Amino acid sequence: MKPILEVRNIKKHFPIKKGLLLKEVGSVKAVDDISFEVMPGETLGLVGESGCGKSTLGRTLIRLYEPSAGQIYFKGRDFCSLSGDQLRKERKNIQMIFQDPFASLDPRMTISQILGEPLKVHGVESPSERKKKIEEIMTIVGLKSSYLNRYPHEFSGGQRQRISIARAMMLNPELVIADEPVSALDVSIQAQILNLLKDLQKEFNLTYLFISHDLSVVEHLCDRIAVMYLGKIVELAPRDKLFSNPKHPYTKALIEAIPRVGQGKKKMRQSLGGEVPSPINPPSGCHFHPRCPKKFEGCDKIYPVLQEVSQQHYVACDLYKGEQ
Amino acid sequence: MSQTETKNQSGTNRDIVVSVRNLETTFHTKVGPIKAVNGVSYDIARGETLGIVGESGCGKSVTSYSLMQLIEHPGEISGGEVILGGQDLLKLSENEMQEMRGGKMAMIFQEPMTALNPVLTVGYQMNEQIIKHMKVDEKEARERAIEMLKLVGIPSPEQRYENYPHQLSGGMRQRAMIAMALSCNPEFLIADEPTTALDVTIQAQILELIQSLQERFNMTVQFITHDLGVISEIADRVMVMYAGTTCEMAETQKLLTSPLHPYTAALIRSIPKFGSRVEKLETIEGSVPSLFELPKGCPFQNRCPNVSDKCKESKPPLEEKRPGHQVACFHPVNL
Ligand SMILES: Nc1ncnc2c1ncn2[C@@H]1O[C@H](COP(=O)(O)OP(=O)(O)OP(=O)(O)O)[C@@H](O)[C@H]1O
Ligand SMILES: Nc1ncnc2c1ncn2[C@@H]1O[C@H](COP(=O)(O)OP(=O)(O)OP(=O)(O)O)[C@@H](O)[C@H]1O
Ligand SMILES: [Mg+2]
Ligand SMILES: [Mg+2]
Repeated sequence: MKPILEVRNIKKHFPIKKGLLLKEVGSVKAVDDISFEVMPGETLGLVGESGCGKSTLGRTLIRLYEPSAGQIYFKGRDFCSLSGDQLRKERKNIQMIFQDPFASLDPRMTISQILGEPLKVHGVESPSERKKKIEEIMTIVGLKSSYLNRYPHEFSGGQRQRISIARAMMLNPELVIADEPVSALDVSIQAQILNLLKDLQKEFNLTYLFISHDLSVVEHLCDRIAVMYLGKIVELAPRDKLFSNPKHPYTKALIEAIPRVGQGKKKMRQSLGGEVPSPINPPSGCHFHPRCPKKFEGCDKIYPVLQEVSQQHYVACDLYKGEQ
Repeated sequence: MSQTETKNQSGTNRDIVVSVRNLETTFHTKVGPIKAVNGVSYDIARGETLGIVGESGCGKSVTSYSLMQLIEHPGEISGGEVILGGQDLLKLSENEMQEMRGGKMAMIFQEPMTALNPVLTVGYQMNEQIIKHMKVDEKEARERAIEMLKLVGIPSPEQRYENYPHQLSGGMRQRAMIAMALSCNPEFLIADEPTTALDVTIQAQILELIQSLQERFNMTVQFITHDLGVISEIADRVMVMYAGTTCEMAETQKLLTSPLHPYTAALIRSIPKFGSRVEKLETIEGSVPSLFELPKGCPFQNRCPNVSDKCKESKPPLEEKRPGHQVACFHPVNL
């Protein structure tokens, strides 16, 4: 089987400009040399601390941001070389659910206009056909069709989130990049949406790139998981391996920090110590070394390569140098 | 005596800071009025954290907006009282309310972009608020703002101070807004899903920050979240809402370990539990009734396993069924 999505050495750097002349004084290395593949029908999870570059990666993959370097292949085709009509056609197959539903829904459009627009753009002419499709999707995401003529601000946060999920699903995409699609939802709806995503996947052989900060959700849904830290992938493994045998000290800390029901009110467990470093001037060597409990000599010198330590389990940490 | 001990005493000598009485908020929509908040009452004592949970659309945010008096046309607060420090906020003028907001009472919004202006830098917006409420000069305000950005765990705070909201990641925007809300040491903080966009380590840091401010300044907190794991770590008491009303209220551990309302019980069962992967997550059958067509009787009747004729006839009142544990249900579970 061939991967549906291949990402090769992708970078996205944002220039930092200063002063009246907006001189470039540096850059934010939001995504810094990332490579991975996603197989058809698979769900790849992407986790990592806030600001590590998850949304930027997602936005770069659908070319909402042009990559600073690297290649993206969608079904074997060079996605970066497409433009105009070709790009629009291919984009229909790749949809993104955005992190901030409030900012991504046009406040002047009613829900029926928001959901109808992609259909219109992609040539579903008949209004009654559009209406039928819209009502179908609304039911699937658990919204009442009596809501269709309301505007985004008339909805609660979770309702808005479901509208943006509905919008992404309108065009039967093949690959869905879901950026924190359930984090604004309460648990019962979260469960419904996760089940829904799974059902849709089975039915249409959908592929997901699932961005989340919630490891319990990722564990529930994803086949493989990539852990990002400061613009780079530090660990990539099948789900069971990642949770039963995390390798990178950062991954271990993440799993440790999950709040669990029934532990009672208490002093929060010590969160990862140290300052969260900035992608503006990342630490030398391994970016994680200033916070790493296991650091040793040399960690501050060279960035470790992402290497396979057991089948399909990749980690970028010199603790495992020479394993495999 | 530790914080928690003082707080857990129920009864007479709690120092009540916030008291909400029969709050009602109505939206006059084109298709008719809806009561998004329908007679909600609760108290929060000094230094205490009240958690509010409930399904999407049940009225958690509208309740909070009502307390802040940020309900906009065609909505209105159609009844009740909101008493903060002995004063009924609903009787204040808009000018007096502006003095309150961001100062004595502050709110962390569910969606950061409701609070952040996209065309102004983060620093500018923070300064403005700090100068207004803390009566300091520009230089001091800047220092305070950067200090706050640092406290919420934003790296390179001096540089981020100069950024526009769109230049920040989702989680950074959320933290910038949290920094803004906490910058003037509010006496009463409303946090509406403050950590939804944040990963666990930063979430832990923010919750710790709120708790430490709470210990230092005896801040009173209303904390809305759908994450029962977070609730169990931060809240002293919890109120569960359903379709605009309160269905259960109790001390956190009691509520989580022996809920009385069938809805609360179902909610607890539907959490994805870490480490116990199942094919399908448990969900609550059916859906929340539309606020336009609320049934007579109990709003949960169409989804309730314990439903009886009585539930369809009359709405169960909120009653104390165990000491300090109130529930609005004719057929509670676990009793
Ligand atoms: N401006 C408005 N006009 C009309 N209806 C509104 C408006 N704002 C909110 N509502 C309705 O009021 C109800 C309560 O909304 P609210 O935002 O309080 O929900 P919530 O409990 O915060 O949900 P969530 O967890 O999804 O954020 C919803 O049914 C919503 O559709
Ligand atoms: N349009 C932009 N201009 C400048 N910098 C940006 C822009 N978008 C993102 N960044 C920067 O890129 C970095 C990564 O941001 P990104 O939004 O990808 O993070 P994230 O992993 O999605 O975080 P979160 O979990 O908080 O959403 C951050 O330092 C952010 O400030
Ligand atoms: Mg993001
Ligand atoms: Mg809300």
